Amino acid sequence: MTKVSMNVNGKKVSRDVPDETLLSDFLREKLRLTGTHVGCDTSQCGACVVHVNGKAVKSCTTLAVSLEGAEVTTIEGLANGKELHPMQVAFNDNHGLQCGFCTPGMIMTSVDMVARYKAEGRKLTSDLIRQELEGNICRCTGYHNIVKSIEDASAKM
Amino acid sequence: MYPTKYHKPASISDAVALLAGNDEAMILGGGQTLLATMKQHLAAPSDLVDIRAIKGMSGISTSDTALTIGAATTHADVAASKEVKKLCPALADLASHIGDPAVRSQGTIGGSIANNDPAADYPAAMLALAATIVTNKREIAADDFFLGQFTTALEEDEIITAVKVNAATKAAYAKFAQPASLFAMVGVFVAKGAAGVRVAITGAGDDGVFRHAGLEAALTADWSDSAVNEVAISADGLMSDLHGSAEYRANLIRVMAKRAVAAT
Repeated sequence: MTKVSMNVNGKKVSRDVPDETLLSDFLREKLRLTGTHVGCDTSQCGACVVHVNGKAVKSCTTLAVSLEGAEVTTIEGLANGKELHPMQVAFNDNHGLQCGFCTPGMIMTSVDMVARYKAEGRKLTSDLIRQELEGNICRCTGYHNIVKSIEDASAKM
Repeated sequence: MYPTKYHKPASISDAVALLAGNDEAMILGGGQTLLATMKQHLAAPSDLVDIRAIKGMSGISTSDTALTIGAATTHADVAASKEVKKLCPALADLASHIGDPAVRSQGTIGGSIANNDPAADYPAAMLALAATIVTNKREIAADDFFLGQFTTALEEDEIITAVKVNAATKAAYAKFAQPASLFAMVGVFVAKGAAGVRVAITGAGDDGVFRHAGLEAALTADWSDSAVNEVAISADGLMSDLHGSAEYRANLIRVMAKRAVAAT
């Protein structure tokens, strides 16, 4: 067991966990932040994507104990109080989800994607959005509206 | 995942001390292969030695014609680096197509090279660019480093600290990715520089990444995609699996080599 402390959605948290604890399990089981989903557990589906120190990572392929002092943002930390993040609004407006299982990962990936392209001064096209979603799988086959949602939010972020 | 003990040493000597005399300890980089392997119970290290916090292990430095990339530098950082884009754009391009964005934000160049997955992208770049692998003990030429699938010249307590890459006059990488895993079914890295013309192929060889003498000779004589047409590409020693036969891969080598040359 190792004591690990990190900031999750702006709050300092500390827990004693076995060293092999994955960040996804840490968030879901220890912090009860169950918005982060685990779809495949083989790092392919992207439902578990969260932000660590400002970068999108797959929380099912990250050890919690390696994140001492890290800033972690999950889907629960994206809204500003009752005001949804523009990406969340866009997914709602454009019907960017069907069953919703992949949505937390889609949204966390998309927020990172738009921020990265803006920082590099690159234009995000629908083709590039599809490439960037390589690591996020939607089994409702709803990619078209997901891409529309990201294009919409990209113009507003 | 079986229980393990996590360590985050602050220096190379601390890392070496943790590895010394412990056959069951493994080095952890970005974990994008190792943690996935551990979850499948295909690896069960007693100890994980995370080398990412060691000073000087991450980052990119340059001279006029060469890049030094720290072993713990992520694929995302290599892909976005102005220095890499300027001195070796083919390497930045290769890094930008490894896995997916979340994998690239954690996976490291040192980890990829040390693992030497037969379908990984970086080993092809290292071999074609005649890179030098720098460890805590010595410098190893890429030609002497990759010894077969998942096998390298590294000793048990040897840690890659950086790779040194010389800028090439012309270089490009073309990959035919397996659509689910995004690993290369065949990836061909072509380079022309101080070390001559070098062509390295990943994803295809039974013994992992390899150079192709026939393609190198043809492209030395005539650097053009039509020169590739005349080269005999044997299926001997190539992998056959559910994704494709050795013959299919041999054909892909030709197609990817042509695309890579055409891109330069």
